[in-house]
This record gives sequence, C-alpha cells and structure tokens, in this order.
Amino acid sequence: MELIKSAIAGTMESSDVRIILEPNHGGGIEIHLESVAKATFGDAIEATVRQVLAEFDVKDACITLNDRGALDCTIRARMQCAVCRAAETKYDWGKVDFHV
Amino acid sequence: MSKTELMRTSLYVGGTSPARMIQSGFYHADCLVYDLEDAVSTGEKDAARFLVYNAIKYQRPKDKYILIRINGIYSSELDEDLEAAVRAQPDAIRIPKVEYAEEVARIDEKITVIEKEAGLPVGGIQIWCNIESYQGALNARDIAKASPRVVAMALGAEDFTASMAAQRTKSGWEIFYARNLVLMACREAGISAQDAVFSDIKDMDGLQRDLEMTRALGFDGKTCVHPSQIDAVNACFTPTEKEILNAQRVLDALRQAGMNHTGVCTVDGGMVDKPMEIRARTVLAKAKAAGIEVGGIVQ
Amino acid sequence: MIKNCLGRELPERIGDYVVRPYMGPYDTPAPGKTVVTRRMAGHWIPGESKRKETLRDAILASGLKDGMTISFHHAFREGDQVIAQVLTVIRELGIKNLRFAPSAVVNIRNPSIVDFVRDGTIGRIEASGIRGELGDSVLAGEMENPVILRPHGARPRAIEAGELQIDVAFIGASAADDYGNCTGQIGPNACGSLGYAFVDTYHAGCVIVVTDYLVEYPCVPRSISQQYVDYVVEVDSIGDPSKIGAGAARVTKNPRDLLIAERTANLITASRRFKNGFSFQTGAGAISIATTKYLADCMKERGIKAGFALGGIPAAIIDMYDKGLIRVVECSQSFDAIAAQAIVSRPNVVEIDNADYANAYNKGCFLNREDFGVLGALEVDTDFHVNILTGSSGEMMGGLGGGPDVAGAAEIPIVAIPIIRGRTPSIVKRVRTLCTPGETIAAVVTEAGIALNPNHKNYAELKEDLEKTNLKLVTIEELQQLVEGMTGVPKPIQTTDKVVCIVEYRDGTVIDVIREVSTR
Repeated sequence: MELIKSAIAGTMESSDVRIILEPNHGGGIEIHLESVAKATFGDAIEATVRQVLAEFDVKDACITLNDRGALDCTIRARMQCAVCRAAETKYDWGKVDFHV
Repeated sequence: MSKTELMRTSLYVGGTSPARMIQSGFYHADCLVYDLEDAVSTGEKDAARFLVYNAIKYQRPKDKYILIRINGIYSSELDEDLEAAVRAQPDAIRIPKVEYAEEVARIDEKITVIEKEAGLPVGGIQIWCNIESYQGALNARDIAKASPRVVAMALGAEDFTASMAAQRTKSGWEIFYARNLVLMACREAGISAQDAVFSDIKDMDGLQRDLEMTRALGFDGKTCVHPSQIDAVNACFTPTEKEILNAQRVLDALRQAGMNHTGVCTVDGGMVDKPMEIRARTVLAKAKAAGIEVGGIVQ
Repeated sequence: MIKNCLGRELPERIGDYVVRPYMGPYDTPAPGKTVVTRRMAGHWIPGESKRKETLRDAILASGLKDGMTISFHHAFREGDQVIAQVLTVIRELGIKNLRFAPSAVVNIRNPSIVDFVRDGTIGRIEASGIRGELGDSVLAGEMENPVILRPHGARPRAIEAGELQIDVAFIGASAADDYGNCTGQIGPNACGSLGYAFVDTYHAGCVIVVTDYLVEYPCVPRSISQQYVDYVVEVDSIGDPSKIGAGAARVTKNPRDLLIAERTANLITASRRFKNGFSFQTGAGAISIATTKYLADCMKERGIKAGFALGGIPAAIIDMYDKGLIRVVECSQSFDAIAAQAIVSRPNVVEIDNADYANAYNKGCFLNREDFGVLGALEVDTDFHVNILTGSSGEMMGGLGGGPDVAGAAEIPIVAIPIIRGRTPSIVKRVRTLCTPGETIAAVVTEAGIALNPNHKNYAELKEDLEKTNLKLVTIEELQQLVEGMTGVPKPIQTTDKVVCIVEYRDGTVIDVIREVSTR
C-alpha cells in the first residue's frame, strides 16, 4: 500500500502516543521515536510500528512518534488510524477475521 | 452467574482518551460502555473505532460487562462502527436514540451478517436500546421486544427532555412518565430497565435523592456519567436483608421441590415461576457483589 | 564484591567510603558513645554585632575553605532562593570542591546545582535524593565521588555519629532578629516548620542565618536560638512565595487516585488500631493526602479522634485539626501556606525537630509511637521492597524522604500507589533501587486491590481485621502479573560498574547502590 499524504493520529496526553506518518517514496521505513519509556519499551514500540505497517503492506514510510507511555494496544490503534488517514483508505475490518 | 444479572451501574468512557479507557477497568461499575457517539468529535470517529476495538481486544477488563455505544442508526458512521464493534466481541452493542422497533431489527440483521462473516457465534452479541425521545418512549413496548438480542433498555433523559421541549430538573418530574413507560416495557419483555443519568457530578445529595426515585420505581440499574457516582449507585441497588431472606426462601423451595421431584414449587401459597427464580438469583448476586455474606446460598 | 542480606551487590569500598552492608531493620545497636559535634563554644561580648552586610562577608568570616562541608535545609521546597545565592557567592570567591549536604532533594533552576558541580565548586553531595538535571548528570557518571543518600531520620544520626560533619550551615529563615533568633513561622515567605534545620544549628562549625525579613529583637516566635548562631545576613529575597505554596496544596481529583485513597482509608479504619488516640501520617504524596478526607469522614461517623498526626503536614491535616479530629499535630515540615501559618495560630499544632520525628538513634522518636503511615513509591516488588529513587527507565526521580523511617518504626506502614503509570509498571519482580526493605511494609494498596505482606510483623492481625470487610485482597504476585500483562516485559537498563550513589538505611548501613547508566 502506498501512503498518499502525511497524517497525524493520537494526542500528547499521558498514556497516548502522537504519530506523524509521512510518505517516504523508495526510502523504506524510517522511525523517529521519542518516548518517556524509551529505555524500557523503545524496542517493543518499534516492533509494533513495523508490525502494523507490515499488516498494511506499507514498505515506505517516515514515522515520528511522541510517546507518553501508551500501552501496546494504543500504539497499534494510533498506527492503524494514521495509516488509513495517510493512505486515504477505509480499514478492512474483515481482514482480522482469520485471527479470531 | 450469567452476565445479564448484574447491571447495577454502567459507566460511559469516551473512545478518545486511552488513559481514561484503561483506568475505567479498575472502577467498580458493573458495565463499561466504550463510546463512539456523543463523546467523540466528527473528525475523530475513525480514531475512536481503532482505540475501542484494540482496547477491548487486548486490554479487556475482566469481570465486567462490556458494551460499545455506536453512532446513530442514520449516521454515516453506522456500518463501519458495526464492522469494528462486532469483531471486538463486546457483551453488547448499545444503540442510541432508538425510536422504532424496525430500527432494532435492522441492526440485529447487520450484526448477524457480520457475526457470520467473522465466524462468531450468531446471536452472541446482545443489544441495549437507548430511548432518548418521546417517539422512542411511546414505542418502548415494541422496541423492548424487537429482537431476542435486546436485554436492556435505558432512558436518555437529556435528549428526551429536549425532544419534549421540556426543562430538565433535578426533581425529575419531566421524565417521570417516560421512566415508567420504559420500565413497564422492560417488565413486559423481561429485560433490564436502566435509569437515566444524573448529570450534576458535584451534587452528591441530589444524586441520592434521584436514586430514591430510581429504587422506588424498580429500575435494575442506572448509567453513571462520572466514576465518583459509581459507589452511590451500586449501593442503591444493594438488596435489603428482607429481600435477601425472601430470595433465599424462593431458592430453598426450588431446591426442595427438585429433590422431592414435585413438578410444581410454591412459596407462601404462590407458585414459583422462572421470572421469580431469576429475580431471586439476581438479588443474591447483587448481595454478593455488594460484599454481603449470604450463608448457605443455593447455587 | 559482597552481597547484603537482601541480595544487593555492593563493592566493599567505594573510594574512601567503607561499605557496611545492611543486615536488617533493627540489627544495628545504639552506638554507645557521645555525640560528635563541630559546635564551638563561643564568647560574644555585649555590643558586638552578628550582622554581616553581605553573604560574601559572612562566608569570609566563617572561614570556609576548599573541601569543607556546607549545608542547607529544604523547608522552602521548590521556592528556595538561598541555596543559589550562597553557591553563587562561594563560586565568586573561588572556593572549590565543597561537600554539599542539604537535608533533602533540591531542584532549583537557573542556576541549577549541576552548574556548581561542573565548575568544581561542589565536589561531593550528601542528601536524601536528587532529581532533574543534577540527577541525570550523576547517573551519567559526571561526579567523581558517589552521592550519599540517606532517609530523613538518618541525617541527624550520621551527623551525631561524626559521619557527616558540617563546617558551615546556612539557615534560611522567614523571620530573624539581628542576633540570630529566627523562625519559619512568620514573615512574607513563611515556610512553617524548620524541622530539618535543627541538627545543623546544634552541630555545625559555623551557623549563618539568612533572612529577608529582619524583625525587632527578640524574634518571637523563635524556632532557632541565638546561642547557636554566628552570623546574620539580610538579603532581598530568600524564597519565591508562589512556589513555596500560595494556598492549600491542591487535592487530587483523579478518580483513580481517589479510589486508591478511599481504599487506603478503608484499610486503616478496618484495623483494630483505629481507635481513640491513634496516630498517623500521610507525607507529601497526592494519594496519601487525599486519604485524609475519607479518614476524616469515618472518624466523624464513628466518633474517633486521633492522638496525633506527624511529619510533613498539608492543609488537609490542619483542616482535620480544626474539626476537632486530631489532638496534636507534630510538624517536621509544612507543605503549604495554610500548614505553615497554622503553627503560630493553633496551640496544638507544633514544630518539631526532624530528629525528634524520625531518628532511630536517639532516645526515642515520634515514629516509634505511630500507628499508621501512608507512603508513596515509584516501584514495589514481589518481596515488598520499595524504590523511591529511580524511575524504571533508570532516571533519578525522587528522594528517600522519611519513607524508610516510617516503615521501620510505624505499626502499619502502607504504600498507596497505582499499579501502572503510563506504560511504567509500579509493581515489579525486582525493584531497580532498594530503598525500604520489604519486611517493614505491611500493605500495598492499589486500584487493583490490596496486597498484605505475609512477612510483616503485623500481618496476622491485619489479615484478620481485613477479612471482616469486603475489601479486595490479592497477592502481590497477582498484581505484578496483572500489570506485566498490560505493559509487556520491560527491557532491563544496562549499567556500568561505577557506583554513582550510595543508598544508606536508617542505621548507616548500605541497603543498595545506584550505578552509572551505560550509554547505548
């Protein structure tokens, strides 16, 4: 999937993460992470970001995260939202059916 | 204890704040309603769906009845809301501003389609209907019976009052008739009757007075608009000693009848039917949830 | 390398510091000797003036030289302006390599303490905690000598044992006369109790009172006596009143915190020790202070009055006193303006010496008579060990305060915290820095339930009392697993071998150390 425009999802509230997602044509995946929990969960956050991008088959993206201690499910939710906004597409809820 | 028995309190939490969504799991409300509707601005409806879906999927609070309040039946968000909401597998979906039985039937069908697509047990997800207008109140009897999924009906007082061009007051006379319409419809259909929100968070005395009406009329539960209200509302639905003793007698009688293989069971000259049995079990469940030690309960 | 009895690895020596490993909360006996002091007998002739025009004059008169030890109290909290002024003058005088020994954490900005470390003015630090820029720089190994951290009650112990000897003590006083009688109870920048300054006045080599409010002689009320004071300096401002606390400290409205506070109060009121004449303290934490409201409601309902409240005092406790719920309030510190002014205006609200509050090595302190103490924490582990110094991402965030003292002496010490803060678990398998030993903690109260410590001396009675209620009792392991399920397993922080902080227990033994964080 190609990202068409930059998009923002999330807030700077505690337990949330603000994600800025930008197209990065041909540049692969670039992650810039600022997090209050970087030392302990930085790797886990990056892994989730990559996982969601892989789910959408996004190969080129620049992701800037400002994390205020978001749990994994929140990072996932904000990433999914950001990708859909950036790719101007609706989410295919049916694709999770195989994981049920 | 089946999930429909303990619905004394439900707390709305907007699908906008991860912090509040996570913290809500620790409060003492029986039911949590993740809201996609009024608490969420138009621009963030998509974000709310993702937050609510993922929160329920991965951080679902144990021991709670989980609901998702979707957007209105005629809103552009409805279909996407249902796609996400059904797959999140909550206990129930809460429909705002229901006015006609056909609306509920339509949503029931849509839920069935998605349950089948997703490989989920059909009929697993229940429905709560919010009655928020005079039309909804007048049609409450039909709405309550509109689908086997419907297990509860709640009065939304603020919007109801607006539809009546009435004034919302703390004494609540303007919603008195609507409360009773909803209640009687729930009794006829054998479903849970949920009272309206008391919106002044700072007025705990006012809440107590409102709860006197809630309890006297016979509601099974009430929606809370803030965590500070939860303990007071739970306490309102805590059974009295008399109610508990009565309930024990009903269940003892049933157990005796079962042991003696008599076909019919009576207590105080009256027959014990299924609704009585369910009410007795509910009373004991509420007592237990309130931390009351009920000795020798018949399970 | 040795291990203390809690399994923490300690070097046998760190520079010139010889490590005495922690052995147990009650294992070190009385020292069996007289106290050590630097106080000089003096002789002031009538007519001689103690007043110095400037800080510079006072510091020169004190004879302060390179390598000496200076001290301050922390009653002005974030609003302190004395420390910055004094250090600036010391730097101008070119005095270097001082041992900086304030009574607690100081987080001043512009200038920051770290500036004085970097330019060599300060060579060593002994305090109860450090945070902010200074904390980061210590963790990055910028100081040559490790910082020594002690709980409140251990500072007077260390001074009287000769382990910490103060050459010049600077006493910021809200009001003072020209002969050194002074107090924090009156004046435009009234800070309230000067509890943490007393030991310095008794045992420092030279005592300099710094005030911005000179009053007619003799100053009344009087916390510190002229007989201990060498010099008095008047400056324009000793504190920022808005930061010292304009009104009552704000009580939290966060529903989760209120839930924990109510649960804590429920635990206290369920205990058999909750009866007329009981004693308690809350300290500074938002949740702890919120506990007072629920406690007060129950006390009114059941007609129970407290004998005394102790320690750092917020407006909420003064409010309880005013309602007739507490007989005496013993203040070692005042957390806001209401508490600060209450000492003057209310007969049974009194100032006490910090040593009187928490020193385990004098002839008996208030904590030895306390029933309930409510404490905060950054982390608690499944052995109930408490960390109040380092955040789980490794950063220096807190201070020992009086936590280890309260836990070591009170009958029912309670830690009241949320199980999770953002993505940071508060209940862990092993705390990053061990400050308070688990066996001294009776209970941990969280939003997910109450965990009682089977190893606490009052476990059996507390369990019996709580089982009569419907309070949700869980195990500490269940709490740890619950929160780990929410956050995921955190990656361990890597450190080098260099010890940057020594964490002492009440008796001066080493309960843990903090090592330099490795750069990635």
